[in-house]
Amino acid sequence: MQNEEELLHEVTNKEYEYGFETNIESDTIAPGLSEDVVRRISKKKDEPQWLLDWRLKAFAIWKNMKEPEWAHVKYPKPDFQAISYYSAPKPKKELASLDEVDPEILKTMERLGISLEEQKKLTGVAIDFVIDSVSVATSFKEKLGELGIIFCSMSEAIKEHPELVRKYLGTVVPQSDNFYAALNSAVFTDGSFCYIPKGTRCPMELSTYFRINESGTGQFERTMVIADEGSYVSYLEGCTAPQRDENQLHAAVVELIALDNAEIKYSTVQNWYPGDKNGLGGVFNFVTKRGICHKRSKISWTQVETGSAVTWKYPSCILKGDYSIGEFFSVAVTNNYQQADTGTKMIHLGKHTKSTIISKGISSGHSQNSYRGLVQISKNAINSRNFSQCDSLLMTDHCGAHTFPYIEVNNQSSMVEHEATTSKIGEDKIFYCKQRGISEEKAIGLIVNGYAKEVLNKLPMEFAVEAQKLLEISLENSVG
Amino acid sequence: MIKITNLHASVEGTEILKGINLEIKPGEVHAIMGPNGSGKSTLASVLAGREDYEITEGSIEFLDKDLLDMDIDVRAKEGLFLAFQYPVEIPGVSNVNFLKAAINEKRKYFGQDDISAKEFLTAVKENSALVELDGKLKNRSVNEGFSGGEKKRNDIFQMAMLQPKFAILDETDSGLDIDALQVVAKGVNAMRNDNRSFLIITHYQRLLDYIVPDFVHVLYDGQIVKSGTKELAMEMEEKGYDWIKNN
Repeated sequence: MQNEEELLHEVTNKEYEYGFETNIESDTIAPGLSEDVVRRISKKKDEPQWLLDWRLKAFAIWKNMKEPEWAHVKYPKPDFQAISYYSAPKPKKELASLDEVDPEILKTMERLGISLEEQKKLTGVAIDFVIDSVSVATSFKEKLGELGIIFCSMSEAIKEHPELVRKYLGTVVPQSDNFYAALNSAVFTDGSFCYIPKGTRCPMELSTYFRINESGTGQFERTMVIADEGSYVSYLEGCTAPQRDENQLHAAVVELIALDNAEIKYSTVQNWYPGDKNGLGGVFNFVTKRGICHKRSKISWTQVETGSAVTWKYPSCILKGDYSIGEFFSVAVTNNYQQADTGTKMIHLGKHTKSTIISKGISSGHSQNSYRGLVQISKNAINSRNFSQCDSLLMTDHCGAHTFPYIEVNNQSSMVEHEATTSKIGEDKIFYCKQRGISEEKAIGLIVNGYAKEVLNKLPMEFAVEAQKLLEISLENSVG
Repeated sequence: MIKITNLHASVEGTEILKGINLEIKPGEVHAIMGPNGSGKSTLASVLAGREDYEITEGSIEFLDKDLLDMDIDVRAKEGLFLAFQYPVEIPGVSNVNFLKAAINEKRKYFGQDDISAKEFLTAVKENSALVELDGKLKNRSVNEGFSGGEKKRNDIFQMAMLQPKFAILDETDSGLDIDALQVVAKGVNAMRNDNRSFLIITHYQRLLDYIVPDFVHVLYDGQIVKSGTKELAMEMEEKGYDWIKNN
């Protein structure tokens, strides 16, 4: 017989380890993907029938699709039957102190200027729940609630705001859009949901970071941001801290809906584990991100991509409404054996629509970095404009930079401009900096950040500072 | 300050410097003149540590330390400054941020804290006035879109900000009109003192009218063939480099 104290000890420890979730074992579905698995995911999440039907339709489509081969990336194809598509949001393994964390990660975090408390949180070290950020997050949520802004997990949104989810889910990225989007539609488990009511300006940058009570990002995330008429929101995704994840395959979907006169600014810093120096391991990041712009609305995508072994990502805008604006600002860094195929699609449907693309690729080591973009101006999109600028910076002799721009203009009154440059980081620039007493690493950081400045400037202030340091760290020892 | 002994340097197997001997004491201003291809700019590059050159023989002592043993940025931190013949452009990096980075790296090297914003701004204000650098240029990207004269003045501005112990001016006068030349000279003269030395590399005697050197050396075919005081520069100007070649 256990005495009371022992029992108490056991119970408290158990909670500490697993949170207040039910037993982990029974909450994981065995590897493999079938219609039955899709049904079980939906059931476990206690979803309405319409959503199950939607998922099943996606699965049926996915079954008949082939993994795309057109991207300029090479990787072993994942075995989709070897993946477990549902496991309860399990808490990360909790560590007793920072001493147990990989010192390399800590070093990086320190250099990024991440506070000790935050370091603990990000690495899964047990933390005192009275730290500031929790109360900050709570008060943020209250403040948002007063304005009628909904900011919650996708699961919560499906339960609390089914009419909104149902109205918009899959309207920008339909189930049949592409292989990974179809897969995501069938099996997505969670993600973020955000709704800004009419005429409301969201008073703060919305960041998943503040949703600290939710579990970490899943393998198949689904995010939706809906900006109602005349509203504004700036949304931040990801963080600069290095993120390790045991899931090799990530296939997220992000849908943005900007109704008339609304504006959405969506910023991403992606720093998933890129694999080691020899190209072993690392995350495959196959993301579908797209936004739709109604009349006089605007969507800006800003991304700083430094992580993942393979990146396949094209945040796009459908400029449906007249006078709508789409923007894409990107810095993509690849080092060692990383591969990135990224860019955007600007689909001009409405009249007088405008789009801007600024893409800055930086390749180092043996990496391959591709820009792939489509600018399509339909027949009816009269008087539309696009300006594209694609620059590539090469740091070594073994890396590659590629540009695949596609331009289709179907009327006489529109104008498209495309500029592109490729350059190698200048020895003379590095020498100049060093002659002024600046170390080589710092010099490379300065030069690269200068090169990427146009894009970094688009990031929210505090994010931009961290992103700058991240670029420096990502490119360490990379000139050759 | 600096002592160069029997310095030989080559680039891609071709010997350019063939045994240079030169000692510069604190507070002295030395000028090196010479025809094109005599090795003037090579000497400046070797002193600054440009990696294209191979030192095959000789030694350089800088403040009693082995200069050739130091990395480029360490030489700079120790107090060696090179004003470039062709200052490079660094797009997207603002002039003031660049300087702040340089100053703080140097301070870190000596175990000092970062420069305070106030101290930095005061120095920027004073020194940009010294070289008559347009206020707008300070916040622009390093040398980007600057005219030739502005680039040279910016280099002297950087020199004034970094307060080096030993400054090399590599043909700073090339491409400058007389007004810009005077401004550059004014900046250099304002910085002359008993503890700071200069090495002025020039093709023409003209600059030496404004920055009067203590010693003048003539470099020809990788060697110093004649040394003297400022009168030697006049003589060179009068007789031309052929006079050296024919002797």
